Amino acid sequence: MECLFGIQGDKFTIIVADTSQVQSIVVQKTEEDKIMLLDSHKLLGTIGENGDRVQFSEYIQKNILLYQFRNGIPLSTAAAANFTCGELAHALRKNPYYVNMMIAGYDPEEGPSLYYLDYIATLHKVKSGALGYGAYFVLSLMDKYYSKNMSLDAALDLVDKCIAELKTRLMGAPPNFVIKIVDENGARELAWRKTVEDINGPRPTPATPIEVKSPPRHISFRSPSPSSKERKGKGRQK
Amino acid sequence: MRLDFSGLDPVSLQRPCSAEAGFDLPSNPIGSAPSFSLPAVADLDGFEQAAVDMVKPLHGTTTLAFVFKEGVIVAADSRASMGNYISSQNVKKILEINPYLLGTMAGGAADCQFWQRNLGTRCRLHELGNKRRISVTGASKLLANTLYSYRGMGLSMGTMIAGWDETGPGLYYVDSEGGRVKGKRFSVGSGSTYAYGVLDTGYRWDMTVEEAVELARRSIYHATFRDGASGGVASVYYVGPDGWKKVSGDDVGELHYKYYPVSEAAAELEVEMKEASSAS
Repeated sequence: MECLFGIQGDKFTIIVADTSQVQSIVVQKTEEDKIMLLDSHKLLGTIGENGDRVQFSEYIQKNILLYQFRNGIPLSTAAAANFTCGELAHALRKNPYYVNMMIAGYDPEEGPSLYYLDYIATLHKVKSGALGYGAYFVLSLMDKYYSKNMSLDAALDLVDKCIAELKTRLMGAPPNFVIKIVDENGARELAWRKTVEDINGPRPTPATPIEVKSPPRHISFRSPSPSSKERKGKGRQK
Repeated sequence: MRLDFSGLDPVSLQRPCSAEAGFDLPSNPIGSAPSFSLPAVADLDGFEQAAVDMVKPLHGTTTLAFVFKEGVIVAADSRASMGNYISSQNVKKILEINPYLLGTMAGGAADCQFWQRNLGTRCRLHELGNKRRISVTGASKLLANTLYSYRGMGLSMGTMIAGWDETGPGLYYVDSEGGRVKGKRFSVGSGSTYAYGVLDTGYRWDMTVEEAVELARRSIYHATFRDGASGGVASVYYVGPDGWKKVSGDDVGELHYKYYPVSEAAAELEVEMKEASSAS
């Protein structure tokens, strides 16, 4: 039973996702990371059919990076969320992706933000939100205990309250959760909440977040300025 | 007054009949689709689906694979069934993609064989193009992307891609829904739950190859014991730094008597004792 939820706090947003991969009655894996780093300051939490989930989130991630490479400016969180929503809506009446997601990001001007996006391409800007079966238990908790601009400690307290509730009330509650954060310092993994440890031998080195080096804003890729032509000329002389 | 409906008739490219034309025309002239009689059933789609399902073999299976300190172990049973009928007891469910890659077969046999052969050729092309062997990660993603592009079109496979590459041992689960999961232990098929039970409790990271092979064999044996659709021979492969090697293939019937030797029944013992006493 999948769970995905997010909370926007004071200058940060966190996303929490279960990490179970289930195939009919078999739990295949309990350490499947379902929160992807879209770029340096964006998180994409996804739940849904495994094939669609991976395929769609990689597609979104690659396109967001492509935009950044082409234009030298990263997409804002709002733009990324609307782009994702558009792609999902476009596919909806052809071959829909069965993926629900929470998008979190941090922009220098906007500050933190959180978006709810479900598989029928409903996009909402929210302060807190939840998806999956876990949402039925967690939404009310977040309504009651959420407060505007809550601190990270308070938010993590709320996350633990939510996880505790899921474990007591949700049938087939997932054993492990991953928590990721995005703030002015970037998007990163914050913590795990584990009750089951896979016998996995040595822990594999965690996937290194994709380092996106966007060129400084004054460099335009579209129309090279005379100065850049000069530089090219010098390069050839070497 | 009569309405002229001739405009609604299907357009036919039929030429004037042979008598007028003065030569023989084929009975099925070019332009009209060849026809054949349909099965006399009410629900044609349902009937065809049932027919396909009936001949789609290998629906019951037990396959497993796991990574441990020394490499990867891949094991499977060898029974193929078509509904209640056991159609073969000697199926190779572990497919040898290339000397460093193995794939397992669950679901449709043809789908698995075809797409894993296809994967084999693409892995070879990668080798020729890049002058290095493809990683397990890469190979599994090639397969997953292919299957994802055919999703919802009736493919049926649950396969594990196991092998050894530059980063060491690798294991992925790939299915016809386009899912691809990296992991240390997988079991697929109708007997997978039974195999998981034995595998999970007996698994340790730092097993020796012999221990690992025995654990795999034992897991397959217990799965075939409880799952009617699994049986035949429990074959075990080991993939190490030098590629895969087939370690064993044991008839699960014989394994049963090896693991649980039959002690003489009480009645037989009694008869023997009586015979012994009357002789003396």
